[in-house]
Amino acid sequence: MENTPPTLRCFNENHCAELFPDDGVETVTSEEQKKVERNIEEVLSVYKQIHSVPEPTLLREQHYQYLKKGLRTLSDAYECLDASRPWLCYWILHSLELLEEPIPAAVASDVCQFLAHCQSPTGGFAGGPRQHAHLAPTYAAVNALCIIGTEEAYGIIDRERLLDFLRSVKQPDGSFVMHVGGEVDVRCQNWEGGLGGVPGLEAHGGYTFCGTAAMVILGKEHMLDLKGLLRWTVSRQMRYEGGFQGRCNKLVDGCYSFWQAGLLPLLHRAFFRDGESELSLQRWMFEQQALQEYILLCCQNPAGGLLDKPGKSRDFYHTCYCLSGLSVAQHFGNVDLHREFILGKEENRLAPTHPVYNICPEKVAAALQHFHRLPVSGQSSAPSSSSHQQPAPAADGELS
Amino acid sequence: PRPPLLCRKLSGLYFIEDRKEWSDLEPVPQDDGPNPVVKIAYSEKFTDVFDYFRALLKNDEKSERAFTLTAEAIELNAANYTVWHYRRVLLQALEKDLRQEMRYITAIIEEQPKNYQVWHHRRMVVEWLSDPSEELEFIADILSQDAKNYHAWQHRQWVIQEYKLWDSELEFVERLLEEDVRNNSAWNQRHFVISHTTGYSDPAILDREVQYCLCQIRKAPHNESVWNYLKGILQDRGLSSHPGLLERVLELKETQCSPYLLAFLVDSYEDALETNNTRATLNQAQEVCALLAQVKDTIRREYWLFLGRSLESKYGPTAAPQSDAASSDAADQQELS
Repeated sequence: MENTPPTLRCFNENHCAELFPDDGVETVTSEEQKKVERNIEEVLSVYKQIHSVPEPTLLREQHYQYLKKGLRTLSDAYECLDASRPWLCYWILHSLELLEEPIPAAVASDVCQFLAHCQSPTGGFAGGPRQHAHLAPTYAAVNALCIIGTEEAYGIIDRERLLDFLRSVKQPDGSFVMHVGGEVDVRCQNWEGGLGGVPGLEAHGGYTFCGTAAMVILGKEHMLDLKGLLRWTVSRQMRYEGGFQGRCNKLVDGCYSFWQAGLLPLLHRAFFRDGESELSLQRWMFEQQALQEYILLCCQNPAGGLLDKPGKSRDFYHTCYCLSGLSVAQHFGNVDLHREFILGKEENRLAPTHPVYNICPEKVAAALQHFHRLPVSGQSSAPSSSSHQQPAPAADGELS
Repeated sequence: PRPPLLCRKLSGLYFIEDRKEWSDLEPVPQDDGPNPVVKIAYSEKFTDVFDYFRALLKNDEKSERAFTLTAEAIELNAANYTVWHYRRVLLQALEKDLRQEMRYITAIIEEQPKNYQVWHHRRMVVEWLSDPSEELEFIADILSQDAKNYHAWQHRQWVIQEYKLWDSELEFVERLLEEDVRNNSAWNQRHFVISHTTGYSDPAILDREVQYCLCQIRKAPHNESVWNYLKGILQDRGLSSHPGLLERVLELKETQCSPYLLAFLVDSYEDALETNNTRATLNQAQEVCALLAQVKDTIRREYWLFLGRSLESKYGPTAAPQSDAASSDAADQQELS
């Protein structure tokens, strides 16, 4: 395990050399960026004044209380997420598992029963009881159930109906609509090297992550221009803030700590499988320390919960993805080769997360083990290993 | 416990339960199960509207009152895709005036331009009407408020492609780039328009674009978008294939250097190595990688170190060795740069 270097990158005397140079040409983009940088400068300055020895601290207890409460009740500010309640379950449960806080059995069972109420009779999961099934809450519900990982949880999923649902939203061009009569969700690598929401659109961190992870699941990541994708992704880390932006020339946001930084473990593994000999054995290809500094110093609400950037409100989405990004930045490698780099106290350490599914690797392994034994629809017994299409590399829960 | 009917009427709040037109319908409360999780503390109005919405959905009622209720539900949660779907079913079943629906969705998008469902709904209405005539102007208005709204750009690309409205789009892009040369969405749209119309194969077009980029670079050298675009349009042909470009970039390096310029140099050298692998070129590439990793782009240190090692591994073993003439040329170059 590496020790924290004595000084923080953001308190380096040359750090201000990384501020955005507007070349004397002021535009909306440069002005917005400068505003954020001044804000961050202020935050760092205040921190330095309060702490004579900088030691960024993850506010575990505060985050835990925030999450524990949210898992049960939410204020009416969450009415806008009334069609995303499985997401709320996933964001909160994943945050708790990263913090290594156990989920009491009763709560876990309650989540299972609630998600059962969100399952559609025709298959898939909806945003809430009696709503229509939709791919996004389906992803969230399945992930949440796998985090819980009990027989009860696995048993909630009606696999046959789910397969019907997936077939019903599959399009002739290979893409999926998000729900019956809904918008198309196709990813495409563009001239920038990243992926957009549909062919032709600007490269964007969220879509790039989802598309790449999907390709990894399918074992088809080599169909992407990996070098172009790598260059685009690493270019999204902000030189001053340390966090990541979602698109070129836009602002830093804590959630991209996962969507963008989370690509680097995927790409590392893809390059490795491609036979690349020059990969580092110690680090991901992004500045792990700088990202940890951004998250710990700029993205924590003192009352619990994490956020986009200073000045923004906390929410469970940002809590999930800031913590997920922090975990990626702390843990390099896989089960066989693992190097940790924890900024600040050892207590800042989070559990590692699986870069494809963004739940903990043990949960991935357990779920795969459970479901691989079960018959696929239309077959009378569990599939033998030879009838599997090339088990997706990520499927074994291992990262090598 | 809810206050009695009289008090609610006095405070001016009319809930659906009070309206006679709904008296035949039994509201359906939300069934979260016995021990709910992520339970939202809905306002009374929210609860009312959705209790009645669930009742309508359950009965599959296709009526004017149902249609009116969808608007209330949408106002309370515009992200409820079930409500939007139902509204579309009603629009067709009741043969509603789609022009009016366009006015409605225009207003909603102006209020909530970052919502997925509203844009998808607009697309459906445009398709049903087969009328895209308002779209470019409407989207331009949304972009005037947020020039990078992803949904707006997605809708714009769909309209242009579906209805072949390419004619004035490059002009529109140029206008946006004049306003903000750092607008990456506009650069993307530039690529979109050109690749779907003239393409980049015509050398006159390609050169026009390269000159446009160099012009924008001179004005604002630290603009990543323009450098990415320049690379993006040249990479399939090879960065070193454009005559004179490397020289121009090396000139710019003197007075308008940036990490993006240096990265472009690395890419150019790498491309040159593909066709003519020499130790001199490889050294040049390594030098810039090292400069980026150690001084000019340290946030990407790990990446530049990897790239350096990669280049060495790929080209090093078979690089044409430097002759004496070549090594003194290389030394001269190093002195100049």
